[in-house]
Amino acid sequence: MKVLLQNAQIIDPQVKLNRTADILLEDGIITKIDESISIKADHVLDLKDKIISPGFADVHVHLREPGREDEETIETGSSAAAAGGFTGICCMPNTEPAIDSAEVVTFIKEKAKGLLVDVYPIGAVTKKREGKELAFLGEMAEAGVVGFSDDGVAVSTSHLLKYAFEYSSMFNLPIVEHCEDSSLTVDGVMNEGFNSTKFGLPPHPSLAEDLIALRDIAVLDYSGGRLHIAHISTKGAVEILRQAKKRGLKVTGEAAPHHFTLTDDAVQTYDTNTKVNPPLRSQEDVDAISEGLKDGTIDCIACDHAPHSIEEKEWEYIYSPFGMIGLETSVGLTLTKLYHTKILSLEDIVMKMSINPREIFNLAKAKIEVGENANLTILDANQNWTVDRFNLKSKSINTPFHGWELKGRAIGVINNKKLIINKQELNI
Amino acid sequence: MPLESRHLLGLEGVPKKDIELILETAVGFREIIDRPIKKVPTLQGKTVVNLFFESSTRTRISFELAEKRLSADVLNFTASTSSLTKGETLKDTVRNIEAMKIDMVVMRHTAAGSPHYLTQLIDSYVINAGDGSHEHPTQALLDMYTIKEQMGKLDRLNVCIIGDISHSRVAMSNIFGLLTVGANVAVCGPATMIPRDLKKLGVTVFHNLDDAIQFSDVLNILRIQLERGAASNFPSLREYSRLYGISKEKLLRNKKDVLIMHPGPINRGVELASDIADGSSSVILQQVTNGVAVRMAVLYLIGTRN
Repeated sequence: MKVLLQNAQIIDPQVKLNRTADILLEDGIITKIDESISIKADHVLDLKDKIISPGFADVHVHLREPGREDEETIETGSSAAAAGGFTGICCMPNTEPAIDSAEVVTFIKEKAKGLLVDVYPIGAVTKKREGKELAFLGEMAEAGVVGFSDDGVAVSTSHLLKYAFEYSSMFNLPIVEHCEDSSLTVDGVMNEGFNSTKFGLPPHPSLAEDLIALRDIAVLDYSGGRLHIAHISTKGAVEILRQAKKRGLKVTGEAAPHHFTLTDDAVQTYDTNTKVNPPLRSQEDVDAISEGLKDGTIDCIACDHAPHSIEEKEWEYIYSPFGMIGLETSVGLTLTKLYHTKILSLEDIVMKMSINPREIFNLAKAKIEVGENANLTILDANQNWTVDRFNLKSKSINTPFHGWELKGRAIGVINNKKLIINKQELNI
Repeated sequence: MPLESRHLLGLEGVPKKDIELILETAVGFREIIDRPIKKVPTLQGKTVVNLFFESSTRTRISFELAEKRLSADVLNFTASTSSLTKGETLKDTVRNIEAMKIDMVVMRHTAAGSPHYLTQLIDSYVINAGDGSHEHPTQALLDMYTIKEQMGKLDRLNVCIIGDISHSRVAMSNIFGLLTVGANVAVCGPATMIPRDLKKLGVTVFHNLDDAIQFSDVLNILRIQLERGAASNFPSLREYSRLYGISKEKLLRNKKDVLIMHPGPINRGVELASDIADGSSSVILQQVTNGVAVRMAVLYLIGTRN
């Protein structure tokens, strides 16, 4: 089957591509890239004023399956990812049971077979994520995990972390760390500061994140291995990452759109959709995240998609679980808050949402070159749209961005011989 | 002249004219509760639910008495724990109660923001009777009423709140309310009990009790809330008492005749010596009496609006 993509701005910094051209796909393979391609195709898409980039990947997603299929499943999470412009997602191990064995990894990969979106499990660092003993890292690596994390909590002890770095380095896989010193955050539900005082909510200090980032980098420096710092939310952690990179350590980091978009002012309404971990921080932190993204300290944007049922989010603020969904607002927030404000260029965004995450986690290549599989994201960087939480593919609707006007969104994705454009799905 | 705000969720952002209106209205009700017949028909036909998700004796009784003296029909809902542990959501609990056609809800809850959440769920008027460590507006209003009654004014008075500011909804409401009416507000306590960034509110912070006493016209002394884990914020009650407990000796040392207030219940000998608590400068029991009048004023102003 032939698909002709016409007149799009093609951006792929990997092959120094940024020009307007046509792309011909044949049976899901890129067979021609040219200024103007005249050929009879099964599907012709005029993508004037649109952008084609290598397929975006989000490396921090919670799919809730197995265990909480009422909140999200591998299938619905993948649909949300595709609707949001992603062709690859890494799913975190805090499921029930946890992804701590080859069997659970295989289960997830089987469930994800045949989907447009590639699903890459991340295995737990410790059995049941209990922080007591290492999980079966080798078996999980063989089964296909792309990293290890006890996400939701930090690796419990420096001793286990040292072992985890040493052991995982045999497979060249990163340890993905949720930086939180839990002794400082007991019961904390929002950023410690002026607002936590005003709102009377138990505080969660930025120090908790900075301390574990410092610990992990010290252990990494000693033991070797690779560290990826998840959902960076503090000015301190950005600076710690910056300095570690300057020293040449194998450390990378990600930031979530809500952490460069919202401050803890948003908690004022006690909307439980603003309750996330790490929490929404101060303006100073938000500015530092943007700066870290701009100067290359923060390598990727990952949304920490955390679906929760309506029932769970209707508890009082302190009792409600942490997390908001993000797959379908991530690109829109990034374009609105970083591109249209000139903090990042489109090339930068492609680096942070496609190329860097794929490289850090050894995901399937997405390269716009003749002979490569078509693994593409199609953007309309100027489309104005309103977030409607009742019109999302995710099974959960816990977003604080309902009703927000955004500028720019993903309108299509192509991968695994499937194409979705403007919500229309085709096998190609 | 009606109140600007529909509910009373806290004193942050409540305009000065609203606070003044409540305090002025309370003067009339204060007179009523000294009469032989203490009841007026103001809220006859109105139903008020006291929804207490956290144990409270004096606040609940004070509200209940205020409601009954206004002739309202009163329902008491007391849960020994939060709705969460009962397995029913707060939303379902209050929607069920509202379905019985009520007019006002007085709510006490361990979770900050719960009364705000309640306003999104029901149409009834909501009065916050204390939410977590957030606000306790009627306590602050009765404190302000008592200060004004005793000192003749609030504007430019020096008021210091002493003790566990971090865990105190009373402190926060007092700070917001007193600053709005023009008082100079300070807090005093160990650094572990003073929230970060509190100075940004325009509050003076003391860690030395002598300095605080010298600053003050009024000392509002908070209870050490042992049940909220406050004891882990300082080495021992003995040390706390030595550094921050109010005694006659410390007041004499600073040659200060100050108004002594306490929202109760008192840990006698810890935050306040008995001779001070029961002494001539203490207005602790007047606060309790005034509390009924102030709550009547709040219930009246909110319950009779259209």
